[in-house]
Order: sequence, then structure tokens, then C-alpha cells
Amino acid sequence: MDFLRPACWSEALEAKANHPDATPVAGGTDVMVELNFDHRRPETLLDLTRIEQLREWSRTERDGVASVRIGAGVPYSRLIDELGTSLPGLAMASRTVGSPQIRNRGTLGGNLASASPAGDGHPPLLASNAEIELESVRGSRTIPIGEFFTGVKRTAMAPDELVAAVHVPVSTGPQQFSKIGTRNAMVIAVCTFAIALWPDRRGVGTGLGSAAPTPRPATEAEAFLAAALTDADQWDDPRPLPDSITERFGELVAHAAAPIDDVRGTAGYRTHALRVLARRTLSWAWDEYRGDTEFSGRQRCA
Amino acid sequence: MSNTHAPAHRPQDLDDAIAGGVGESPLRPDGTLKVRGDFAYSSDLWAENMLWGATLRSPHPSARIRSIDIGPALRAPGVHTVLTAADVPGRNLYGLKDIDQPVLAEDVVRYRGEAVALVAADHPETARRALDLVEVDYEVLEPVVDAELAARDESVPKVHPGGNTVRYQPIVKGDPDATADVVVSGTYTVGMQDQAFLGPESGLAIPAEDGGVDLYLATQDLHSDRKQTAAALDLDPELVRMTMSGVGGAFGGREDLSMQVHVCMLALRTGRPVKIVYDREESFFGHVHRHPARMYYEHGATEDGDLVYVRAQLYFDGGAYASKTPVVVGNGTTLGVGPYDVANVSIQGWGMYTNNPPCGAMRGLGAVQPAFAYESQMDRLAAKLGMDPVELRVRNAISRGDTTPTGQVLDYPAPVAELLRRVRDLPLPEAQHPDTTPDIRDLPGGASNTTHGEGVVRGVGYGVCIKNICYAEGADDFSTARVRLQVVAGEPLAMVHTAAAEVGQGVVTVQQQITRSELGVERVNIHPNDTSVGPAGSSSASRQTYVTGGAVQAACRAVRERLLALTAERYGEPPSELSLAGGKVVSASSGVLADIAEVLGSEVVEETREYHHRETFPLDEQGHSERAQVQHAFSAHRAVVDVDTELGLIKVVQLDCSQDVGKAVNPESVVGQIQGGSAQGLGLAVMEEIQVGEGKIRNPSFTDYLIPTILDMPPMNVDVIERGDPNAPYGVRGVGEPPTISSTPAIVAAIRAATGKELTHVPVGPEHVIG
Ligand SMILES: Cc1cc2nc3c(=O)[nH]c(=O)nc-3n(C[C@H](O)[C@H](O)[C@H](O)COP(=O)(O)OP(=O)(O)OC[C@H]3O[C@@H](n4cnc5c(N)ncnc54)[C@H](O)[C@@H]3O)c2cc1C
Repeated sequence: MDFLRPACWSEALEAKANHPDATPVAGGTDVMVELNFDHRRPETLLDLTRIEQLREWSRTERDGVASVRIGAGVPYSRLIDELGTSLPGLAMASRTVGSPQIRNRGTLGGNLASASPAGDGHPPLLASNAEIELESVRGSRTIPIGEFFTGVKRTAMAPDELVAAVHVPVSTGPQQFSKIGTRNAMVIAVCTFAIALWPDRRGVGTGLGSAAPTPRPATEAEAFLAAALTDADQWDDPRPLPDSITERFGELVAHAAAPIDDVRGTAGYRTHALRVLARRTLSWAWDEYRGDTEFSGRQRCA
Repeated sequence: MSNTHAPAHRPQDLDDAIAGGVGESPLRPDGTLKVRGDFAYSSDLWAENMLWGATLRSPHPSARIRSIDIGPALRAPGVHTVLTAADVPGRNLYGLKDIDQPVLAEDVVRYRGEAVALVAADHPETARRALDLVEVDYEVLEPVVDAELAARDESVPKVHPGGNTVRYQPIVKGDPDATADVVVSGTYTVGMQDQAFLGPESGLAIPAEDGGVDLYLATQDLHSDRKQTAAALDLDPELVRMTMSGVGGAFGGREDLSMQVHVCMLALRTGRPVKIVYDREESFFGHVHRHPARMYYEHGATEDGDLVYVRAQLYFDGGAYASKTPVVVGNGTTLGVGPYDVANVSIQGWGMYTNNPPCGAMRGLGAVQPAFAYESQMDRLAAKLGMDPVELRVRNAISRGDTTPTGQVLDYPAPVAELLRRVRDLPLPEAQHPDTTPDIRDLPGGASNTTHGEGVVRGVGYGVCIKNICYAEGADDFSTARVRLQVVAGEPLAMVHTAAAEVGQGVVTVQQQITRSELGVERVNIHPNDTSVGPAGSSSASRQTYVTGGAVQAACRAVRERLLALTAERYGEPPSELSLAGGKVVSASSGVLADIAEVLGSEVVEETREYHHRETFPLDEQGHSERAQVQHAFSAHRAVVDVDTELGLIKVVQLDCSQDVGKAVNPESVVGQIQGGSAQGLGLAVMEEIQVGEGKIRNPSFTDYLIPTILDMPPMNVDVIERGDPNAPYGVRGVGEPPTISSTPAIVAAIRAATGKELTHVPVGPEHVIG
């Protein structure tokens, strides 16, 4: 087995171009497990850990939207510590990943490239309409997260491409993430749900994990809720949500799922749990939104 | 964090003087190494010029082997040998009780994972890849997967020529057809639990010039391994020398052979040292698991809550080979009513062969399954009677002088009622102030943020259990200890040599403590465990402190006798007047006579002793025996759980235990055993299950076989009491198993209290709670 250790990004892209079947290694928390289980026997490993630039994040503006560009090699522990305020949903999801050791090593780029239906980083990125920046010696392109996952553990990445970064809009409203597991830590998701409210654009974002062959948004649920909030003038004058709204939202989220039975849970349980999580996370997000609006309203008056 | 009540050094109603090391909690000799990651486990073994072994396993739960072609594998570069059943030098069978398991499969395979061929190569990866080149032609057969069906239906195919029943045992006491005013019945099932020890199976075999072999390995019982291995290798047992090498946990999973014969065969064939280490997935196929069980129970009681009868049928799925199934049936049936005094008992137990993974020893052997059932029944009965569940249990608790269902009179303390009252009276968790928002890590789902309190209901439940200690039903249960006392660097040094496996439970420390107490010397070394001393038996059945402790005590006393005789010769004081303390010989009349070192001079005093516990006797056809078991241990748990009733997620908030340990030889180790055992019982209650479908394990990894993390295991109040057993050395009572047994039903009872669900299966999953 060859072990390539590029010292910088351009060298990494060169290496990937020359060895399209090389397996990149970032934190190694997926790759090493696959090697151990003998699920994968790569001829070449491409170590990305020496590339400083992959471990950086910065604030940017994309099409007038304040965003954070997160290098593919930023580990979960830093997403939690450094981006908890601007990207709360992603930070919440990061807190549920593995153990402290895994959070120190595991990266968002690795989570994306693995493209497991159970990847905990994906739902909050879906709820935020994040974009994935891919790069090769041929150049760089950016695709919406919704187009990135093409099947179970399959992505839109070309063989010579690497994930360079993820662009995530800075939150403008409350975000929540919930994960069901059958133990209280260190567990692969039975299912997950992410929600983000975007008062600036009067939008709602969602993401479902472990609920279909690929992570996916609950598009109908998003549209329903956004319309319901707008119709009732809830964005400017938030009042308690009627049960009928949270119920319907939960139903539509459950409806968006296409889960399977496996060793971690049944399809029936997953659908049920998603409905419950959708209702709960919406109510938490909404409570927070009402609290924030009240608070900023008082400040304006003072 | 956890609130522990270590036992006080209170006097026993025993004649033995307890002083010095016994009753204290000195540092473990292996503790610092283990904590720092410096301890060498058997998987770390290495030898010059070593080859690596690998095992080809059956992909089918049931198949006939038409042919095996090793040619392609043998020709692969780096491969030194490929062996099959034809290469087993001696008896191609082994087993702990029934000798029924092939070292390598001959014409049939009976479970998915059965060893079929072996490879030795110069690199582990080369060996593994060569396995793919061994061509086995299988005729796949329909597997037998339902133990109860196998017991009831004669038309089920026979897994072994002799039929599918490994053991059938009835127990009858009083009137088997007794009737009662209040009757509750239920069917309970227990899933297959794994020992989940962290150090996978591993060993290094080195061929010796005398034609024998030296095997360095992790095991629970060196001599049992040696006996079986020598027979398979067709070698004199003296030529099969085994040395214990760092054991990374066992819990029963190392009682049966795994790589022992295989690695020796490869070493003897190649003439080179050979090492085998399983990875985690192979480990799931390479050792036995806890028997799954289906149990039908009926309890009859008076309106006042006195038990009138218990009737039960217990079906244990032993899988493809017998392993400890006979003992599981013995324990399950004899202990099947629990720690209660019941006049009329009728229990039938079946241990069956199927094509499921073989099941055998695991902590709480055979007592875990019925405890879940009988404690569930006690709660059901309490509910029907409108009685407090603790009161019902106390009212029926067995106590000293009572007779068990097998007719054995308990001639030692049996403080079941006391344990129940004590655990009930331990402090409950403080109620959360209604205005404070709970930390999500304290709620079901933890950091996964599934609830902020919605749907969460608290429940409290109790469980109590009985477990037999040591081997039973007529087994000659003994251990051997060699103790040598000599002067080294001017100081008396004792060396203790036994074959008692240190599997993490602390038996090395206990041996040192006993020696310090008995010989009054400070420095005590432990000789490495090996087969150059007599057998110690297995580190199982909660028995080593009892049995090896007894042997060390006896050997020390023999050494002391010789030392005192030497003193008597030299100082003219009768030995009866002399004692040892603080490194000195002390006379009752004239005080300190001399340093032990002075008395010893250049003399080396060495004595070897065996300790046999009181005799036990087999069960007759009615399940009667004057003494089926030598000792019983009891523990009681109280569990407090929060359940998210909408999502079915569970958080055990507090788990408390009262246990009688007879005498806490090492109070800290005792508390450690209770915490660890309780964690394993918690695992069975809410998450641990090997999922088997059509004979195949579906979750052979720690990704999907979940064991409790630090966020799942709550703080414990541990309350240890010491009611010495007058028949046991120092009054000890086995400690390791009971907490694994009573914790599970306590937790499930608490979940029932919170949800009102029947919950007849463990582990309880989210779907059971919301279903
Ligand atoms: C004990 C344990 C617990 C875990 N718990 C969780 C959990 O709770 N939730 C969860 O979502 N995951 C979990 N995981 C999986 C894993 O930690 C995550 O998916 C993590 O994000 C992977 O990141 P990594 O940097 O370690 O990836 P690596 O293992 O280094 O790589 C993963 C994949 O991405 C590819 N890759 C890496 N970087 C790039 C790049 N820049 N461009 C292109 N391809 C790239 C690799 O080739 C590989 O295919 C767990 C893993 C373990 C071992």
C-alpha cells in the first residue's frame, strides 16, 4: 500500500489526479474502520492531515448571504467550540458525534465524503442549504448539498476531486438537531432531524438522517410551515403555534422519510420517532424565536 | 460521584482472626500498569521468527462439507501451512462438560462461524487473504433455530446424532399440582448477551525441543485448557505448558477453548512460534454467549401474599455445541423460584442444541434468565394483590434454615429480607426543582437532544436474586496454592504460586492480602500463573476468593507451622504460644522473640496445599439433593429510571445495590465488582443483544452491539454487608455474579412503573416501550 503525504493543497490535488483511486484520509475515523473490517483494500492512501488550509474556517459572503466557509478538515470539536453561535444546528449535531476522541479527529469533510445515510453532519447542512466546494486540478465547483448525495455512500464527487470546503449560511434564527440512538452516547443514529428557521427570508429548512438511502430535506414540510407562518403573520408577531401546525409539520416530516428495517430499528419506529422529533424541535425553535423577538422588541423600546 | 458504603471492619462470628492485609484495600499490583496503558495483554505477545495464524470459519449455520481444497491457499506466497480436520493429531473433539465440539469441522458445520481450516503465514494480512483461497464446497442445509420447538417436536432435524436435548432437568418440591387463590402467569424471553470483554482471544504458541509446546495466552482456566488441548494434540499434558498472559476481561467467555488447539497445531506443524489474535468481529464468532431463553411462569399465592406454588418451563438455547449448557439448566432450574421460600415447586428446564451460535458461560450463569422472569412475576403478583413489591418480596424471602426447591437446607446466613429493606432505605435521587431546566445529558437521549422533558416519566423498581457460588452438583471443586517463604535482601519474602486466572477481578491482590495476614510479612510476590503448579479451576462462578483464597490460606498456614516449629526448636517455646506479626515471631508469654528473617536464615520454606470446599451432590430425577450447591449469594437492587414515553428512550438515573459478601477481603474490589456487575445487568436490561436471524449474527461489532457508556451507567449507592459463611475461608461469599443478576429485573421493573407496559423481553428497546 502506498501512503502519499502531500504538504499542501495543490500537491494533494495533483496526487488525486494521478491516483484517482487513492483513498483520502482525514481523521481516519471512517477509513480505518473500513480497513479493519477489510471492507476496503486501497492500493493508495492519500493523507490530508498536513494541509493547513483544510483546517481553517473563515467568514465569507455568498450572494449577499453571510456564510462560513469551513475547510473539509475542521474537526467536530472545533465546530462546537468555535462556531456554536453562528452555526448552532451544526454544532448541536457535532456534539452528538461519537466520543470526545472521535470529535477531536473526525472531520466534516470526511463525514460528507463517506456519505453514510447516518452521517450526523448532513441534516443540519441540509437545513441550512449549505454548499459543497469540490476541487480538482481541473478547477473548483460548488454544488448544493441536496445534489451532493447520490445514493448510499455515493456522492457527486468525480474521481479526481476532493472536498475543499463547506459553505454554510450564518443562522438568522433558531436551529435544532435531535438524534435517536439506543444508548445515551456514542451511538450511530437510528434517525435524526434538523430544523432551521430563517426569518430573514421567511424560510424553513429541514434535514432527515438515517431515514432514506441519502440524507434528505422534508421539502413539503418546509413549504407548509413557511407558508403557515407567513399566512398567520407569525414571523413579525410570533404567537404560540397551534397544535394543528406542529402536528401537520410532524406528519409531513414523517411522510418525507423512506426508512428501512435494520439492526438499529424498524422503519415503523423511525417514522414514528421522526414525527415526534419534528414536533418537539419545532416547538423548541419556535419558543426560542418568540423569546428572541420579545427580547429584541424590548430592547428596541428601551 | 458515587456514594459507597464500604464495609466496616466489624467482627465476624468466625473463629478466624482477621488482621493485616485481609479487609483492607491495597493497590492492585496490575492497577497502575493497566491505567497507564503499559500492561501487556496476550494480544501484545511477540516472538522472534513468529508466524501468524488465521481461522477459516463456516459462512453457514448448517451445512455438509463436500470437499475442501487447500491447494490454492498453500501455494500463496508467504503461506507456511494450511490445516484441516485431517491434521488434528489427537482427538478432534473438545468441550467443558460434553466433549462434542470438533477442533476443526469434519463433514458438517453446525453454526455460522465454526472453524473449518487454519492458515499460518509470515504476515497476518497474508494469512487472512489465504483464507479466501481455501475452497470449501458446502451443501447448505436448513438450520434448526428454535430451541423450544427442538425440545417439543421430534421431527426437528437432529443437530447431533444423539438428539437435540443437551440436558433436561425437572425440579419437584411439595405438591406439583397445588392450587392458590391468586394466580399470575407470564412468558418471558431473554436475548443473547455477549461478554464483550475488551481483549480479543489471542495466544502465542512456541514449539519446544522436547516435542511439546509452550502456549502463552489469555484464559480463565489454564488446566482445563491444557487437558483439552493435550488430548487434541495427542500429547502428554506435561508437554503442553501454558502461561497466563495479560487477560483483557473474560466474564465466562474464555472458559471454552478458542484458538488454543489451533495455534498449537500451527506451531507444531511449522516448527515456528505462531500467534493468533482475533479481531472484534471474529471474536463474536469465536466465543460462546449467554443463552437466550424462553420461560413460562405461573405463581400462585394466598390473598395475603404468601407464595403457594411456582411452576415454570425454561427453554435455553445452547446453540450448536454443549459448552456449559448442562450447568445453565442446573442453575436455571434449581434457582428458578428465586430467593423465596416456596412450598410447592414444579420446574422443568431444557437446554437444547440448535444451529444458533454456541452459548455457554457468562457471569450469572443460568441464574440471569430466570431472575428476570421470577422478579417480573413478583411485580405482577404484587400489582394483582395491591401490595408493595418490596413487602411482597420480604414476606416470602428465604432465610437461614429454610429449604430450597432441591431440598437443601440453607445452613448459613441468607439475609434476603434485610437486603431488600436496606436497598429500599438508601437515599433516592434529589427531585429536580420544577423551575430549573434540566441538563439534557441527565435526560433520556442525553446529548442527542431528543427531549427537554417532554414525555419523560420516572419509575422506581426493585430486584433481588440468588446465585450459587462455586461448582455444584457433585463436581470436585478445588484449587491449589504453593507458598514459599525465604529471606531476600535481608527481608522475609513470600511467593505465592497458583493457576488462578487474574481476569480483572483482583484475585492477585486477594492472594497477597491473605498471605500478608497469615504470615505477618510485608513483601508478597505473585508468581506468574502457569501449569507448573496444580489446578485452580476456572475464574468463574464467583469462586476464586473462596477456593483459591482457601488454598492460599492453607498453604500459608502450613508454611507458618514449619516456621513456628523452627522457632520452637531454636527458642524453646511451644509453637502453640507463637504467632507471626509485623515480620516478627511473637510469643504469647515473652513478646517479640525474633525477626522472621532471623529465624529463617538461609532456609526456604515451601508448602503446597489444595483446598476443596464442602462436598456437593448431583440432583436426582426429581431434582432433589442434600446439597446441590455449596453456597448461595444474594443481592438486591433498586433502579430509578426516566423514560421518554413517546420515543421509548431510557435513562437509568440511579442504580443502588445492597449485597451480602460474607467477608469483604478487599472492600474496594467488592464495590468495583458490584458496580461492574450492575453495569452488565443494565446492559442486558436496555441495550445488549446479539441479534440472530436464521442462525446468523447480524451485529458482530461494537458499532451495533451496544454496551453501556459512562453516560448510561448512573451513580450508585453501594451498601455492602458482611454476614460471614461459617463454612467458607474468612467467611467469604462469592461477590462477582449477583449484581449482574438482580440489576436487570430492577431496571425493567422501574421502566414498567414509568410506562405501565408489560415488557416481557430483555433488552427493552424503544419499540417495546412505545408499542
Ligand atoms: C467510534 C466511532 C463513532 C462514530 N460516531 C459517529 C457519529 O456519532 N455520527 C457520525 O456521523 N459519524 C460517526 N462516526 C463516523 C466518523 O467519525 C465520521 O463520519 C467522521 O466525520 C469521518 O471523518 P474523518 O475525518 O475521520 O474521515 P476519514 O475516515 O478520514 O474519511 C472518511 C471518508 O471521506 C474521505 N475523505 C476524507 N476527507 C476527504 C476530502 N477532503 N475529500 C474527499 N474525500 C475525503 C475518505 O476517503 C473516506 O472515504 C463514528 C466513527 C467511529 C469510529
